[in-house]
Amino acid sequence: MIRFSGVSHRFGEREVLTPFSLELAERRIAVIGANGSGKSTFARLINGLLMPSAGQVWVDDLDTKSNGKAVRGLVGFVFQNPDNQIVYPVVEEDIAFGLKNLKVEKGEIAGRVAASLARFGLSHLAKEQAHRLSGGEKQMLAIAGVTITQPRYIVFDEPTTLLDLRNKRLVARTIDRLDETAIVITHDLDLIADFDRVLVFEEGRIDFDGAPRDAIARYLELMA
Amino acid sequence: MIAAYRPGTSIVHRLPAGAKIVGLAMAGTFLFFVANVASLVVCLLAVLALYPLAGLSLRDALATLRPLFVILVILVLAHAWLNGWEVASGSGLRLAALVLFAGIVTLTSSASAMMGAIETGLSPLGRLGVDVEKISLALSLALRFIPMIAAVGAEVREAQRARGLDTSLVALAVPLIVRTLKMGEEIADAIDARGFGTTRKDGPDRST
Amino acid sequence: MTTRDIVYIALFAAFTAALAVFPPLVLPVIGVPITAQSMGAMIAGSVLGAKRGGAALALFVALVAAGLPLLPGGRGGMAVIAGPGGGFILSWILAAYVTGLICERLWSNLNWLKAFAASVTGGIVVLYVFGVAWISMVTGLSYFEAAASSLGFIPGDLIKAGIAATVAVTVRKSYPLIEAPRRA
Repeated sequence: MIRFSGVSHRFGEREVLTPFSLELAERRIAVIGANGSGKSTFARLINGLLMPSAGQVWVDDLDTKSNGKAVRGLVGFVFQNPDNQIVYPVVEEDIAFGLKNLKVEKGEIAGRVAASLARFGLSHLAKEQAHRLSGGEKQMLAIAGVTITQPRYIVFDEPTTLLDLRNKRLVARTIDRLDETAIVITHDLDLIADFDRVLVFEEGRIDFDGAPRDAIARYLELMA
Repeated sequence: MIAAYRPGTSIVHRLPAGAKIVGLAMAGTFLFFVANVASLVVCLLAVLALYPLAGLSLRDALATLRPLFVILVILVLAHAWLNGWEVASGSGLRLAALVLFAGIVTLTSSASAMMGAIETGLSPLGRLGVDVEKISLALSLALRFIPMIAAVGAEVREAQRARGLDTSLVALAVPLIVRTLKMGEEIADAIDARGFGTTRKDGPDRST
Repeated sequence: MTTRDIVYIALFAAFTAALAVFPPLVLPVIGVPITAQSMGAMIAGSVLGAKRGGAALALFVALVAAGLPLLPGGRGGMAVIAGPGGGFILSWILAAYVTGLICERLWSNLNWLKAFAASVTGGIVVLYVFGVAWISMVTGLSYFEAAASSLGFIPGDLIKAGIAATVAVTVRKSYPLIEAPRRA
C-alpha cells in the first residue's frame, strides 16, 4: 500500500501540491488532470525521485525519505519518453542495467533478461541498437527494463502520449497484463476505462477520487 | 556507427586490448630513442610485418597512412629544408612507424574490448576513491547518446532551415544544447529510478 | 558526482562527437580539416564548468582512442592520437578544464567578452601550448617550427571561440549549470 500523510510540495515559491492525505491499495490506479496540475510531481513523490516539502510518503511502511534505496526497489518508474529512459546502447544490455545495479550474478542476469525479452516480445531485437527501435518497441523496452527487477508497484508517467494508436493499444494491453500494481499518470482516457480507481488533479489538489466513469465525467467538465 | 575494427582470429586479434595499448605506448617511447635512419627503416619494416601477421594487407597499412599523407610530405620537406635530408627521412619514418603501429591496435581490437581495457586500466583508481562504476556508466551513456543527439541535431537543423538559419552554428547549437540538458534531467531521474548508485539527497529540483 | 553530473558529462561527450557532422566553417586552410568540433571543448567547459567539462572531453577522447569514428571524416583510433594532431585532441581535455575554470570564476557576471576570453585562454592558448609541443615531439621539428605550422588555424579558432561564447552566454540564461564559487 502507498500512503501519503499530510504531503505537500513546492518548487521555490510555487506550491505545486497543496497538503493532502491518501491511501492507494487498488491494483490499477489512474491519475488524470490538466498540464501543470501536479500529476507528475505526485508520480515522482511515490518512488522518492522527489521528496515532499512537508509530510511523509510511505510505500509498504517504508518512508521515502529515510529508505530511499529500498523504495526504489519496490517502485519502478516508466517515463513518457522511452528515449530518456534507455541507458545502454544495446537492447539486452539495457534490460540488464537494473539487475547489475542490484549486483545480481551474471548467469542469473542472462536468464532473466532472456525471459523478459520473451515476455515483452523483444527476443528478436536482443542485440539491436536501442536507437533503431520503433516508438512502440522502445516503450516495451522501457517497461522490460523496469519490470526486470520485480518491483511491486510501477508508476507510468504518460506512457502513451508519444505513441500512435496501435502502439497505444499495445502499451494498454501490456499494462493490463502486469502482475504488479500500476499507477498511471495519463491524458489517455481510453487507457483507464477499466481501472479500479481514478484520481483527478486540478491546480495542485485532488479534485475527484472514484470510479473511472465519474472521474472522466468530472475531468471533461473541468476541461470545458 | 562503424568503427575501424576488422574482426579476425589472428594472434594479434587474440592479444588482450590492454596489452596492445601498453605495447603501443612502449613502442612509441622506444621510437623516440632511435635516431639512426637505417634502424628506423628496420623499425618501419617490422611494424609493416605485423600487418600480414594480423591477417591484414599492405593496402590496410596504406589506408591507415593516407589521412596523414599530406602532413607527412610537408613535414619531410620542411625538415629537409631546415635540418637536412637525414633528419627529414628519420622523422618521416618514425612518424609512419608510430601511426602504423597504432593503426594495428585499432584494426585488431573491437571498440568494446578497448573500452573494457580502459575500464580495467582505471580500476586501480577505485582504491583512490574514483568510482569505476560511474565511469563505466558514462562510457555506455555516451554511446547511447551519440545517435540520439545526432537525431535531435537533425531535427533542430530542419526547424532552423525553415527559418533560414541552418548555417548559423549558434542557431543550431543553442537549441540542441538546451534540449539535450532538459533530456539529461529526465535521463538522470530514470537512471536513479532504476536503482543506480545511492539515494539522491533531498533538495530543490528544477523539474516539474 | 551525482547521476545528473554523469549524464551531463556523457551528453557533452556525445555533443562533441555530433559537432563533427555540423556544417564546417568555411576558411581557406590547407591540410587538416577545419570543423566545428574543437568548439566542443570550449562549450563543454563554459556550460558545465571545469570538472564536468574536462571529464566530458576525457570521455570523448577515450571513445576516439577506442576506435570509434567520431572525428571529422569518420576518423578515430589510436593512429590519429599517435599522429601529429593527436596532441590537440588530447589537450581538449585540459582546454575544457581551463575554459570551465575561468567561467566558474567569472560566473556571477559572465558576459560575452568574459566567456570569449575564457574560450580563448582554454581553447586556444592552453590548447596550442600543448598541441604544438606534441607536434614538435612527434615530428622532431623545433617548437617554433611546429608553432609556425599551426598558426594558420588560429583565425578559425578565434571565430569558434566567439561562437562558443555566444552559446555559453545564451545557454547560461536558460540553463545555468555552474554555480558561483562559494569562496570568491
